[in-house]
Amino acid sequence: MEKEAVLKVSNLNVFYKNRKRKLFTPKKLKKIQALYDVSFEVEEGEVLAIAGESGCGKSTLARAIVGINKDYSGTIWQKYADPQMVFQDPYNSLNPAKKVGWLLEEPLKVDKSRKWTKDERKKRVEEIMKEIELPLNMLERYPSQLSGGQRQRVCIGIALMRNPKLLIADEPVSALDVTIQAQIMELLRNLHKKLGISIIFISHDLRVVYQISDHVMVMRYGKVVEYGKTKDVYKNPQAEYTRQLLKAAGIVKKETEL
Amino acid sequence: MNKISLKKILKDPYLVIGGIIMGLILLMIIVGFFWTPYEPTKMSASEKLQGISLRHIMGTDNMGRDVFSRVMYGSRVTLLIAVGTIIIGAGLGTIIGSLTGYFGGMFDEVAMRIIDALFAFPSILLALVIVSVFGVGWMQLVVSLGIAFVPSFARIVRGEVLRCKDMDYIQNARLQGVGNFRMIFVHILPNIKGVLASSILIGFNNAVLAEAGLSYLGVGSQPPYASLGRMLSDAQQYMFTRPSYVMCPGIVIVLMVLGFAFLGEGIKRWE
Repeated sequence: MEKEAVLKVSNLNVFYKNRKRKLFTPKKLKKIQALYDVSFEVEEGEVLAIAGESGCGKSTLARAIVGINKDYSGTIWQKYADPQMVFQDPYNSLNPAKKVGWLLEEPLKVDKSRKWTKDERKKRVEEIMKEIELPLNMLERYPSQLSGGQRQRVCIGIALMRNPKLLIADEPVSALDVTIQAQIMELLRNLHKKLGISIIFISHDLRVVYQISDHVMVMRYGKVVEYGKTKDVYKNPQAEYTRQLLKAAGIVKKETEL
Repeated sequence: MNKISLKKILKDPYLVIGGIIMGLILLMIIVGFFWTPYEPTKMSASEKLQGISLRHIMGTDNMGRDVFSRVMYGSRVTLLIAVGTIIIGAGLGTIIGSLTGYFGGMFDEVAMRIIDALFAFPSILLALVIVSVFGVGWMQLVVSLGIAFVPSFARIVRGEVLRCKDMDYIQNARLQGVGNFRMIFVHILPNIKGVLASSILIGFNNAVLAEAGLSYLGVGSQPPYASLGRMLSDAQQYMFTRPSYVMCPGIVIVLMVLGFAFLGEGIKRWE
């Protein structure tokens, strides 16, 4: 049952500008490498989890895929254009000067592939509000008047506005408290089932990863340490680092309960 | 961003005091359009340099003109020049600052060095140069003051744009395919409007003072028409014989600056 891939990443090396550089530093010091030879595939309609400690390059990978960071070598092949992304911090990823309704409408206003009329936009916004389970009267609110969970729902809604086939969720729940985390995870799972989109789910919390993902990829120091089916990786971790992570999450000894 | 409500404005003493002072001055100016107690340029040889009285509530000047009428007229001129200066300075400054801050790189580097050079250039000197090339008049004054005000606005806006540029919400918007100019003017500028508003009001202060200073030097509005600075400059020789002549336009300048300062402070503390 080999499914088609929506995203193929091979030999990806990503660089950052060295911000400390002076005007005339030698060329090799101008960049800092953040990812080394990362390769993986995402199948149609699956959830791939990327796990690893802070600073191991998870977000860098996400940013390279969606094209925020364009400085990379290697290839990123995508079946569909316009992957969307949900950011880690819902307090920073919504423009504080705009109302929720405006924010949701914006992706449609700047859509280059087709022109949306005012009525279409309004209808689409209402559809999405239903999907992300927020009441319509919140369209008139500013982000500062919403809770963290509600903001993250709005972020997901903005990302879903133009029907992307690939959604990258960069630690979407790590800034939220545990009960809200569960709600957002539930929402993501429902949306995944309903819309059939592929999701790359980035998290440092292996327990969260276990709930949602089909495949898991463990990263460390910008390299892929382990890749496999979630169940296999959790039952039978190959790399020492994965074992450490599982232990830190308290999963290894509870294996039988899961 | 908080909603603007009258209740909240009334709670802030800065906004209330600033609003009252500015309201009074605006009232004076607006009334001055339709009615002044005397013709501001009408001289009267028999009523030279009178003190404060019921007939002339701010006294008269050395040519027997009613100071209060002249103040009403002069503060209109001063305010207009200040507004013009700010429109030019803040407009150009915001555009330059947001473009350089947003695009960065070599363009930013070069533009900011030019701005630095402009900063180092005394605005009075610039005004004198422009006036000596294009002649005396309030348009020249507005243009030269406006140019002199560009650097500070460019700096402020650039800093704010730099702060906003790397926020997640801007990245998010870019992901949705928002173009560069829409990003600057629709996504970023609304986020810095608080800072911009208060610096515009502080800029007003400086503009009023600079106008007064330049008119005092004789490059502003020309006699017989008055601006507040011009009146101060005319009055200085009578400072000791008739203090009210100097005091009245001076106090109006102080009030104008104070009103703007209070409003600016209130807006700054708004968020």
